[in-house]
Amino acid sequence: MARYLLTRAWQSALTLLLSTIVVFFGVRALPGDPALALAGEDRSPEALEAIRRHYGLDQPLPLQFAQYVERMAQGDFGVSIRTGTPVSSMLTTALPVTVELSVLAILLATALGVGAGVLAAVRRGRPAEWVANGMALIGLSVPHFWLGLLAILYLSVATGLFPASGFVPILEDPVDNLHHIVLPAVILGTGLAAIIMRQTRSAMLDSLSSDYVRTAKAKGLRPRAVITRHALRNSLIVVVTVVGLQLGGLISGAVVTEQIFGLPGFGKMTIDAVFQRDYPVIQAVVLLTATAYIVINFFVDLLYSVIDPRIRVTGDPA
Amino acid sequence: MTTAERAGAVAAVATPVLAVRDLSVSFPTETGTVSAVDGVSLDLASGEIVGMVGESGCGKSVTAMSIAGLLPGSARISGSVRLDGTELVGTRESALRRVRGKEIAYIFQEPMTSLNPVLTVGRQIGEVLQIHERMSRRAARARAVELLTLVGIPSAAKRVDNYPHQLSGGMRQRVMIAMAVACGPKVLVADEPTTALDVTVQAGILQVLRDLRDRLGTSILIITHDLGVIADIADRVVVMYAGRVVERAPVTDLFAHPYHRYTAGLLSASPTPGRHAGTERLQEIPGLVPVLSVQPDACTFADRCPAADARCRESAPPLEVARTGGTLAATGHLAACWHPCPQPRTQPEEANR
Amino acid sequence: MTVLTVPMAETGSASITRRTRVLRRLRRNPLAVVSFVVLALAAVIALLSPWIAPYSVDQTDFARTFAPPGSPGHVLGTDDLGRDVLSRIMLGARASLQVGLLAVATSLVIGVPLGLAAGYFRAWDAVISRFTDLLLAFPFLIMAVGLAAIRGASLGNAAVAIGIAQIPGVIRVVRSDTLRLKSLDFVAAAVVDGASDLWVLARHILPNATSVILVQATVAIPAAILGEAVLSFLGLGIQPPAPSLGTMLATAQQFAARAPWAAVLPGVVIMGLALAFNVFGDALRDALDPKGDRG
Repeated sequence: MARYLLTRAWQSALTLLLSTIVVFFGVRALPGDPALALAGEDRSPEALEAIRRHYGLDQPLPLQFAQYVERMAQGDFGVSIRTGTPVSSMLTTALPVTVELSVLAILLATALGVGAGVLAAVRRGRPAEWVANGMALIGLSVPHFWLGLLAILYLSVATGLFPASGFVPILEDPVDNLHHIVLPAVILGTGLAAIIMRQTRSAMLDSLSSDYVRTAKAKGLRPRAVITRHALRNSLIVVVTVVGLQLGGLISGAVVTEQIFGLPGFGKMTIDAVFQRDYPVIQAVVLLTATAYIVINFFVDLLYSVIDPRIRVTGDPA
Repeated sequence: MTTAERAGAVAAVATPVLAVRDLSVSFPTETGTVSAVDGVSLDLASGEIVGMVGESGCGKSVTAMSIAGLLPGSARISGSVRLDGTELVGTRESALRRVRGKEIAYIFQEPMTSLNPVLTVGRQIGEVLQIHERMSRRAARARAVELLTLVGIPSAAKRVDNYPHQLSGGMRQRVMIAMAVACGPKVLVADEPTTALDVTVQAGILQVLRDLRDRLGTSILIITHDLGVIADIADRVVVMYAGRVVERAPVTDLFAHPYHRYTAGLLSASPTPGRHAGTERLQEIPGLVPVLSVQPDACTFADRCPAADARCRESAPPLEVARTGGTLAATGHLAACWHPCPQPRTQPEEANR
Repeated sequence: MTVLTVPMAETGSASITRRTRVLRRLRRNPLAVVSFVVLALAAVIALLSPWIAPYSVDQTDFARTFAPPGSPGHVLGTDDLGRDVLSRIMLGARASLQVGLLAVATSLVIGVPLGLAAGYFRAWDAVISRFTDLLLAFPFLIMAVGLAAIRGASLGNAAVAIGIAQIPGVIRVVRSDTLRLKSLDFVAAAVVDGASDLWVLARHILPNATSVILVQATVAIPAAILGEAVLSFLGLGIQPPAPSLGTMLATAQQFAARAPWAAVLPGVVIMGLALAFNVFGDALRDALDPKGDRG
């Protein structure tokens, strides 16, 4: 267990370092002088010189990198070119929206995907399986931002059941907050639900035909107990892996969903930044996404070892 | 025949715990129906160990699985399986669930894959007690420790919290046995219980099974392709070929003088103790077990049999007391063969009778 | 008495019978046939669209903006600038397929050699795994954001961003199939015979890994098509006035109140294309499955 943890921690740290290097050089690959990019409106030679000194752009590269990492670690992502506010404070308002949206989407997608996947596997060859498979294929193929558009057009605007856009912080009014975010979360979760469903179904089919399920049946267990305690428990390992791997797709999806539903999150901030060439913001977004992905997947690996006892000892997923 | 064997034979007639009569199983497949078992009958007396032997694909495992209704829903089953007089074929699932694990328990071939990798062995043993004996989880765990001790696992109190991958193959099979005998079943069906294990471990497992029979009076149906296992543990033997029982005999009789040509072939194909291993070359039976869609009215072994003639291809030989050269075989020794093997030499014991 | 089943060396005549068996299975599956016909039709239309589209894609008609579907002369109506929606959808689908193929080609060109190396050479495995982790840390949209920031938004950059994001998936399947094939007898025999690593990879492993690569490609193309739609919708992909299904949806969103129908058709086309690829990919995987019974 300890060895497994250490290996994963070391690998995650390495990936984090590499991604920081990539972003560091990515910023230097931006067209033009980085000082120019960082300066924003005030482009007087004195201002540029000040920026070069502040960001250490006159230092040798390795030293620059070290200072860069130090600044990032302290949460100093610079100042937005457009708004003049520190990027870190923009993030503190935007992030909670995105996190709430994503967590809700993951929860909904997992519940729906695992449920439908189990159903499809247990009802193999019956109409229920066909319906579940068909829904999953559509969920996999539908552009979810389009689904969001349709939902706004035909659900929010036409019926007024859900607000078409906007956001209310959860601390302000939890009910209204949920009202605003549930539709975007459902839309964002569709693709993930489809993927989880397909993986769950295939893992369940494997475990339902396994020897240990035969043993469980031979013990006289009820079908429900055979499915949940024996087959599903093993299939969950796959589900956790899938959720971890799909996190990147989810982050991409969140950006679009926020854009469509006008949620003031991380995604909207990113898109606005791209069009306004707000490089400090883009840099922070890219770095933060990578960090979040790496850190969350480290925890996914930990969860893995909780579900699968084999990993705890051998340090290798089966 | 020794007294013990005679008593066993009588008991088999008087009070079979498990009575299988004319059991047939077929499966529909894409290319047509496949007949897996055809008219199998066998009895299992209280405290008796019956070995069922045959090549892979001969219907041993299907017979075993059909006893407690464990075949997939697509299987078509006819005939009768009675446990203490109660019919099991065609019984509702809910009634069968009360039988499985409690009255009839199973041990499977692969102890690695037959145990759930994500549950502790204590949990898996306790589960049976929780459902059938309505024990609390705590009580079931305590009982699991006792059961692990019973099947010879050292420091059972510690092992109970282990996961299957932390145990050796032999220990895993002992766990399977502990799980199977948890509720004191009347019948234990062991499907190739030692096949995946080393020879030394194998002997230990067989010893555990023998102990259980002696101490708990469990009847055991042991299915194997290994005649060594049969010779080691079984009281009586049932030989299967292509879904049919071709020979049935007390174990010593069968090894001393097989009647069916297929049994004779099996014996000469395996290095069985007491058959002068090394002096004669092991013979293989040419050909493969046929896959049948319809059971023919003929001897299914005819195509591989050196003694087959027209009669063998025209009518299926019944399973009956075999006659070889006018001599009647010992009681309880039946074979389904038109041309049973001639006796190598008259056993002195038989000559006396 | 022991019967040995010799694993069939998947070379020569064996692979020909295998191919006919897979094709036969595909032909017998109605879903496979339907999806294949849809894809073939889409490919033909996309190829010929510059010539068969009823109007030029940027021919505007300010007298007839937002004509609803079914209007005379414009079967699917017109958009905010009076351009013919059918023509734009045809060329938009063409762009979608272009990005799909380009992205998948990018991911295969980089991913297949890396997957082979990771599966075949133990020493490379760890390095390539870290590379995969690194790529995974940048979701495709973030990759596209970065790329758009550095090089500007375009069809090519969108395809490259999507393709790079798809590399880890390719590496994963190729690596695991290489590991499987490496342990098979005919590969071991070639190694014993003194064949060089490159020869073994090129002659024995790659040809036999084709089927998993093919399946991976059929699931990657619809993902890329959806990715292009997202990027174009956000303005990070194909740039107007070039037609793209994603930008058409972005326009439709702006004018949703006046022409709600405009939001429906491009989405249906994107979904249809992606669905056809996904259905065909499923059918292909089932047909290639040696067990052959997983529906």
